[in-house]
Amino acid sequence: MTIGRSVVMIDSGGANLASVGYAFERLGVEVTITHDATQILAAERVLLPGVGNAASIMARLNEYELVPVIRSLTCPVLGICLGMQLLFDWSAEGGTVGLGIIPGKVESLSAARELPVPHMGWNSIRVRHVDPLLQGLGADDWFYFVHGYVAPLSLRHTLGSTIYGQEFPSVVRQSNFWGVQFHPERSGKSGARLLANFLKLSPCV
Amino acid sequence: MLARRIIPCLDVRDGQVVKGVRFRDHRVVGDILDLAIRYRDEGADELVFYDITASPDGRTVDRQWISKVARVLDIPFCVAGGIRSTRDAEQVLSAGAEKISINSPALENPSLIDELAKRFGSQCVVVGIDSDTTPDGYRVRQYTGDEARSRDSGRLTIDWLREAQNRGAGEVVLNCMASDGVRSGYDLDQLRSLRETCRVPMVASGGAGATQHFIDVFMLARVDAALAASVFHSGTLQIMQLKATLRDAGIEVRP
Repeated sequence: MTIGRSVVMIDSGGANLASVGYAFERLGVEVTITHDATQILAAERVLLPGVGNAASIMARLNEYELVPVIRSLTCPVLGICLGMQLLFDWSAEGGTVGLGIIPGKVESLSAARELPVPHMGWNSIRVRHVDPLLQGLGADDWFYFVHGYVAPLSLRHTLGSTIYGQEFPSVVRQSNFWGVQFHPERSGKSGARLLANFLKLSPCV
Repeated sequence: MLARRIIPCLDVRDGQVVKGVRFRDHRVVGDILDLAIRYRDEGADELVFYDITASPDGRTVDRQWISKVARVLDIPFCVAGGIRSTRDAEQVLSAGAEKISINSPALENPSLIDELAKRFGSQCVVVGIDSDTTPDGYRVRQYTGDEARSRDSGRLTIDWLREAQNRGAGEVVLNCMASDGVRSGYDLDQLRSLRETCRVPMVASGGAGATQHFIDVFMLARVDAALAASVFHSGTLQIMQLKATLRDAGIEVRP
């Protein structure tokens, strides 16, 4: 199997760009960080990381006119943390419109439960749909989460879910767009496995 | 279910990991990268690197080792010490740290918490609180890294905890000074009383000396994470064994 080597990370301005890059470096893959539309469109795989605030990252993507570019991608795309939440229609974090690739609204986790927010630390996932991104991963794998907002569950788009007070989607997919709520780049061997799976996804979905 | 975290803390000075007793008499215990890898392999959930001299000296932490650690380490880590501005924070975060922890600079300028949370998000803003037990209750001490400058900050711990989280702290590390470094157990009374007020994840620090101390702090004080240094550096406790015992006690941990 040929593994596509051209991985482009969209410069979303978040603070975790370096650690995502290092995680791929550990897998022997160099990642190009850019906000240049031509480079993004030419990539074999695209990463959309995100840390910080949904509204400020959407503002940045709009500033570089990247929203239609991202929506038009046909290669495997992986949204990480906030990058996953931006795949949805709308986010309550700053009340911003998202990329609109997956239907639904991202809501605050603080809504009710007697639990500390953000949801911070290691948690497990329940696989709901078999998917190449989750190959070899299951209930015994732990992932590092840090987030205060959650995407909506859906039968169609939720590949894996996690429980923190409520059940929420931790792995999602819509055709060639995947998203993970946790940080695979900081999730030890399980996270590395997921990123390696991402590198093996067929370039044309 | 969310696992309780075990966090070794590595006090860093001049590129080496050091540990003192009650914030004094520091001695070298090892190389940063060696210890970081060792703890990752032993099952640490997260690491904290704390430059104990940076804040009182007005220095900033040496950034070289941060990106070295970030390249190798595949678990989260936090850097504390000498972070006084969004610019300092940006350097540390862009070098690959997940979180930054601020202590004395936040007491000098509380709006720093708001600025950092706004710029980088609350999830990476940790506020460290050195809390002393006094006849007037639990009080925050400032500049604890330097014995000559260490002083009462004029604030009650509960007030500062409330203010820090209102300003956007995403996590609080509560270091109970009376129990720090003496390995006689976490300050359960203090942690339990402050847990009531703390709506963000809370990390217990100061006093770990035995497995039972970790069981107690998770069961009785309901903290999200327990931080310790000397008990791990000395080899008194091995993280893997500690976690196995916690699991047997019914505490959710990452294997």
